[in-house]
Amino acid sequence: MSNEATLHSQQEVMHGAHDHHDHEHHHEDSFISKYVFSMDHKMIAKQFLITGIIWAIIGAFFSVLFRLQLGFPDATFPWLESILGHWAKGGRISPEAYYALVTMHGTILVFFVLTAGLSGTFSNLLIPLQIGARDMASPFMNCLSYWFFFLASLVMMTSLFVQTGPASGGWTMYPPLSALGDASIGSKIGVDLWLTSMALFVVSQLLGGLNYISTLLNMRTKGMAMTKMPLTIWSFFFTAVLGVLSFPVLLSGFILLLMDRHAGTSFYLSDIFIAGKALANEGGSAILYQHLFWFLGHPEVYIIILPAMGMVSEVLAVSSRKPIFGYLAMIGSLFAICILAFLVWAHHMFVTGLNPFLGAFFVLLTLLIAVPSAIKVFNWITTIWKGNIHFTPASLFSIGFVSTFISGGLTGIWLGNSSIDIHLHDTMFVIAHFHIVMGVSAFFGMFAGIYHWFPKLYGRFMNQTIGFIHFWVTMIGAYLIFWPMHYEGMAGMPRRYYDISGWSSFKQFGGLNEFISIVVILVFAVQLLFVFNFFYSIFKGRKMTTQNPWNATTLEWTTPIHAGHGNWPGEIPEVHRWAYDYSKDGRDFIPQTEPIGPNESAH
Amino acid sequence: MSGFLAVLVIVLIFIVIFQIAKASEYVSILKGEKKAREQSNRINGFLLIAFLVLGLIGVYYCNDLLKGKILGESASEQGEGVDTLIYVTLVITGVVFVITQVLLFWFAFKYQEKEGQKAFYFPHNNKLEVIWTVIPAIALTVLVAFGLKHWFQLTSEAPKDAAVVEITGKQFNWLIRYPGKDGQLGRRDFKKIDEAVSNPLGQDWDDQLNKDDFMTTEVHLVVRKPVKFIIGSRDVIHDVGLPQFRMKMDAVPGIPTTLWFTPKYTTKEMKVKTDNPDFTYEISCDQMCGNGHYSMRGVIVVETQAEYDAWVAKQLPQYGLAHPAAAPASPDAPKADSTQKAVASNIK
Repeated sequence: MSNEATLHSQQEVMHGAHDHHDHEHHHEDSFISKYVFSMDHKMIAKQFLITGIIWAIIGAFFSVLFRLQLGFPDATFPWLESILGHWAKGGRISPEAYYALVTMHGTILVFFVLTAGLSGTFSNLLIPLQIGARDMASPFMNCLSYWFFFLASLVMMTSLFVQTGPASGGWTMYPPLSALGDASIGSKIGVDLWLTSMALFVVSQLLGGLNYISTLLNMRTKGMAMTKMPLTIWSFFFTAVLGVLSFPVLLSGFILLLMDRHAGTSFYLSDIFIAGKALANEGGSAILYQHLFWFLGHPEVYIIILPAMGMVSEVLAVSSRKPIFGYLAMIGSLFAICILAFLVWAHHMFVTGLNPFLGAFFVLLTLLIAVPSAIKVFNWITTIWKGNIHFTPASLFSIGFVSTFISGGLTGIWLGNSSIDIHLHDTMFVIAHFHIVMGVSAFFGMFAGIYHWFPKLYGRFMNQTIGFIHFWVTMIGAYLIFWPMHYEGMAGMPRRYYDISGWSSFKQFGGLNEFISIVVILVFAVQLLFVFNFFYSIFKGRKMTTQNPWNATTLEWTTPIHAGHGNWPGEIPEVHRWAYDYSKDGRDFIPQTEPIGPNESAH
Repeated sequence: MSGFLAVLVIVLIFIVIFQIAKASEYVSILKGEKKAREQSNRINGFLLIAFLVLGLIGVYYCNDLLKGKILGESASEQGEGVDTLIYVTLVITGVVFVITQVLLFWFAFKYQEKEGQKAFYFPHNNKLEVIWTVIPAIALTVLVAFGLKHWFQLTSEAPKDAAVVEITGKQFNWLIRYPGKDGQLGRRDFKKIDEAVSNPLGQDWDDQLNKDDFMTTEVHLVVRKPVKFIIGSRDVIHDVGLPQFRMKMDAVPGIPTTLWFTPKYTTKEMKVKTDNPDFTYEISCDQMCGNGHYSMRGVIVVETQAEYDAWVAKQLPQYGLAHPAAAPASPDAPKADSTQKAVASNIK
């Protein structure tokens, strides 16, 4: 490590910080540079978080709309016509609108909320604060990263309002459906906008990811060896590596799709007869796109879940007043997951006609991921064993995370085994599986992070009682929604069906669908309560009076309550120990900044 | 109006919850932080253990309620292997599920914060780590081994005597073609597709093998006789989903795929077995294919050999429909070597 260079660059930023704290009227303090094009990682984190929350409300609201159709296929809701116009004539959502809603729900939540909103927020907030850096390696790139995300958001938002509607071929955007405007109304300009938005999004992710990696490799404070970093930072590191290596592949897939759409190429198209005429395209492979897509698509689910794992590890340790169990095993399992994430993509393609021999390797590698996942689960459970657990909304969401991660992870063992996947592929079982394991779990991790670090973000606390209500309703609701959904999948009921009443094999689930839809509406309402709590607490929450409200060991709690740009007013503290000295030698906690005492026991 | 009222009620509920939450914050300040913390900890600890107990009861109840609605016995011989594997996996994952969830919530409840309780400093233990690396690894090896055994059986070559049915997906229905008496499907070319002249598949009428091929609206199969589906698509990707037979295969334009299975029960037998007079074997499209995706339904009728033969006798070759003036196709039409090769490559 080039410590000298690191210290030097930190010194420079520090001078800037001094100016700021001396209340000299500096040009950096203008409204635009402080709140809009801010280069302070803490402000950028807030920008990502709030944009993510807005998208989450939209994405979740879409799911409420299509669940209304699924749960009450015969009912009409006149108010739907007032908001959706001809997409819901007579108060019933049209199939076109239904598929657009489903597609946008997936795109928004997977990419804009659980990727940008989750790792964008917390990598930005915590990497500099927890490793002891004044800011990111390149604050400007960081700022760009947010604004590219913002642009991507604008384009995606625009696509919702075009006449032919947004993309509607499913969030995976498989060609030929997505390549041919004649195949689906959503594949007209909607897909172009979708691809443009996603390309901007990939740029944002790369700018952010490269920044996270270089920051945490080069800018750690004195004494902060890699093995002294909190697990949050390790998880953000692996998340960024996954993103940087896989997003470009996705982009290449999108560019080929764009060329098939407009340049007359045949990368994905062959032997197609549509809208009364045969197309000229020959020799392309629709399956090629799936390989390119899932080469990102699978790492993507770990991009979503790893940051949640990191934050949950941290929150569980802090609230149990115990060190995280098996710190090195936790890093090792993150690393193993990161490597395996690149080697399992074709398990999404077992029924595409994939060579069975090749499929066998993907079965093996897929089920192998269960080993590091199991290690993590057992380590979390051992972390709370013989602890002294303080239940905050953050720690409850962390416990909830472990519970849903187990439930959703175990069904992954079903789906990863190709023989079972043949029966369950593209059924509601898959929906239940991934919503529990990467939807609910990732959200739980995110909520844990928001409740836990809210004081660091805004110097105030969120209301705890609303937090408890939020947790319990969401936890119970999530299981009520997704647990019975497995049964629909076991019966073979396909996903993305607008109406099941015409099917003798599936129509017995009409009542269950209605029940699920009602719970969805309830859970959605409670999320609004959370959003209200969030914004209300920014301005009116209980004020933070001490620097370190959770008695945590990590560096972010050594900064002032309202830290300026540069984070520490004076020197950056030096680190002497790992982040998990809780309840050691009879002391509740020992901050990372405290030198190792002469009589201290080794860990 | 009722919509407005509903919104009003929701807003009111929100305000009430918010006021209670706000008040509880003040109360906790009045009571003292420590006491409030103890109280909320006790409540949440209790809720955690209650959630575990009620949750496990709920899991049982849910199963009791829904187990009758999922598929019964597999209707194909190949599907039996899938079902066995599902049961083995269910037992293994079920045991892990119960153990881990019980430990998680039990520990959370048991080790909740208490006056005078000290957390146990326990940063690592290599023996434990080894145990829970090795045990899952062994369990997974078993599952992989079983899984691959079935996988290779399911994806093996169809037996030589298997009947052949071609299923082609289009937005939004299935085109079904039988090879006719000669047992071989004729050549197709997507550029020859023309619905107006009754040629939805683009059959090449120069190919003699096409002369006896017939198209139907339902798939008819003979019970206990293996059948091979040759699957393709005319436009976008579809998927032939056969939930009762535990089979599934994508229909990809330009790339033919296959699957084969042996139906065990006739449709009539299944009506009795499932105690459902409306029972039908259905083909569901399982790959998002556009706005009519949810309605892309096909029907399979499994019947005895005699019933099947009677049905086949009634079918008219597509050639005849496309050439109303021409004479009916002769089954003894000469077969050129080149055409046979073309067909072989066409159907793989």
